[in-house]
Amino acid sequence: MLVDIQNLRVSFATRTGTFEAVRGVSFQIGTEKLGIVGESGSGKSLTARALMRLLPQNARITADRLSFDGVDILKADERAMRGLRGKRAGFILQDPKYSLNPVMTIGRQVAESWRQHKGGSRKEALEAAVDLLDQVRIRDPRRVCDLYPHEVSGGMGQRVMIAMMLAPDPALLIADEPTSALDATVQAEILRLMEDLVSKRGMGLILISHDLPLVSHFCDRVAVMYSGRVMEELSAGTLAQAKHPYTKGLLNCLPSLTHPKPRLPVLSRDAAWLQS
Amino acid sequence: MIEVEQLRVRFGDNEVVKGVSLNVPAGGSFGIVGESGSGKSTVLRALSGLNGAWTGRIAIDGESVGPRRDKAFFRKVQMVFQDPYGSLHPRQTIDRILSEPLLVHGMDNIERRIETVLAEVALPNAVRFRYPHQLSGGQRQRVAIARALIAEPEVLLLDEPTSALDVSVQAEILNLLADLRERRNLTYILVSHNLAVVSHLCPTVGVMLGGQMVEVISAEDLRAGKTQHPHTSELRALSVDLEEPA
Repeated sequence: MLVDIQNLRVSFATRTGTFEAVRGVSFQIGTEKLGIVGESGSGKSLTARALMRLLPQNARITADRLSFDGVDILKADERAMRGLRGKRAGFILQDPKYSLNPVMTIGRQVAESWRQHKGGSRKEALEAAVDLLDQVRIRDPRRVCDLYPHEVSGGMGQRVMIAMMLAPDPALLIADEPTSALDATVQAEILRLMEDLVSKRGMGLILISHDLPLVSHFCDRVAVMYSGRVMEELSAGTLAQAKHPYTKGLLNCLPSLTHPKPRLPVLSRDAAWLQS
Repeated sequence: MIEVEQLRVRFGDNEVVKGVSLNVPAGGSFGIVGESGSGKSTVLRALSGLNGAWTGRIAIDGESVGPRRDKAFFRKVQMVFQDPYGSLHPRQTIDRILSEPLLVHGMDNIERRIETVLAEVALPNAVRFRYPHQLSGGQRQRVAIARALIAEPEVLLLDEPTSALDVSVQAEILNLLADLRERRNLTYILVSHNLAVVSHLCPTVGVMLGGQMVEVISAEDLRAGKTQHPHTSELRALSVDLEEPA
């Protein structure tokens, strides 16, 4: 099992007491694709970040079990964590505009991430970078190598991010809203590319998003989170038969091109959902 | 209400909008869809007076307007932006944000107007003396809509008003926009890359590609797949494909 999470809790100390953002999340991932879906504030990003221990200083993580690739995340020292981050698990964030270095050419950035984990000469690294850019289907990778991030489009920037994350051959890819900053056509392209690369390389994927139908196209399983808990976990193919009112609500409140509704149903929340 | 003829916008040597024409009747609502870089937001910015470097003809309410607009125009036409985090002043209270358009236009009864408009966008009165960072994304977008409404405009220009929001909040905002249009007989132009959102709110949709409006289609024809231009068919196919759960 690549990822094993049992009863994960993340809490923050505030002036008025402790706030529990993640309240007892459990799941396991092998070499498969898991989608985590929920509204903002549902704790989906924190769950993924807790796995890499990339949380703010004041966050407190507890869990019955939190392991990645056989390493106990709760007990590992910083050195061991550095060996995991990037190398064993790649992290793709929402907006390439903010996650790429604006004053470094794309080729050098990809080469740097390759060299950091694999060693080798500068020249080898640059060749590897060209190859990686080619793998994420950038046409004319040599030309793109010499460009700066502001000179490429959002979709291209996100491809570059994916290329950087793939450089050390990680076992798991965590994508936190990788396409929310992109428009619909590019969105589908990027998700298809990610799905394809993950399947081809036999990696695991955690795809975090707020778009439930979209995620179901690119994942094997979907976990629906609300207010720090997993409300329902179901296989992507059976989304239409979802049982939980929250999942149904999320699906219903989307406007639809083919099934027009005069008025969109608004999600009504039930306090009983949070009593386990 | 809104007439645009042969609108062209150029940034340096790069022509971004290449002769776009559109017509929206009073109380109507027109949607513009297209990929990023197709020039859809640029059309909106030229219409709103945020960008003066355009040629062609723009008329609001039968009156041609130039690159520079008068005060009456800015009262008549208001805009709501994509990012509710970036479009509100972080150091002004909601009360201050909402009273600014009233002060600019010399309108009276500030107290009453703010209370009414907050009720209209379904925000509690307690929000009035909070700062934007104390509100959620959906509440902030409601404040942005309230700010646009408070000067009693006739036209609302909406630039991706829901793309930064959760789907559950998006539903609430879209319902709110539909109600407001009915109640105040507003005219909308909505720009979005989401075909489902646009066709939900707008009976007529214009499709932009490379600075040109390649097709103007009714939402019903779009739903039924009676598209003329290959780009429209492409956008529709993708939208239909991704909207159904797998």
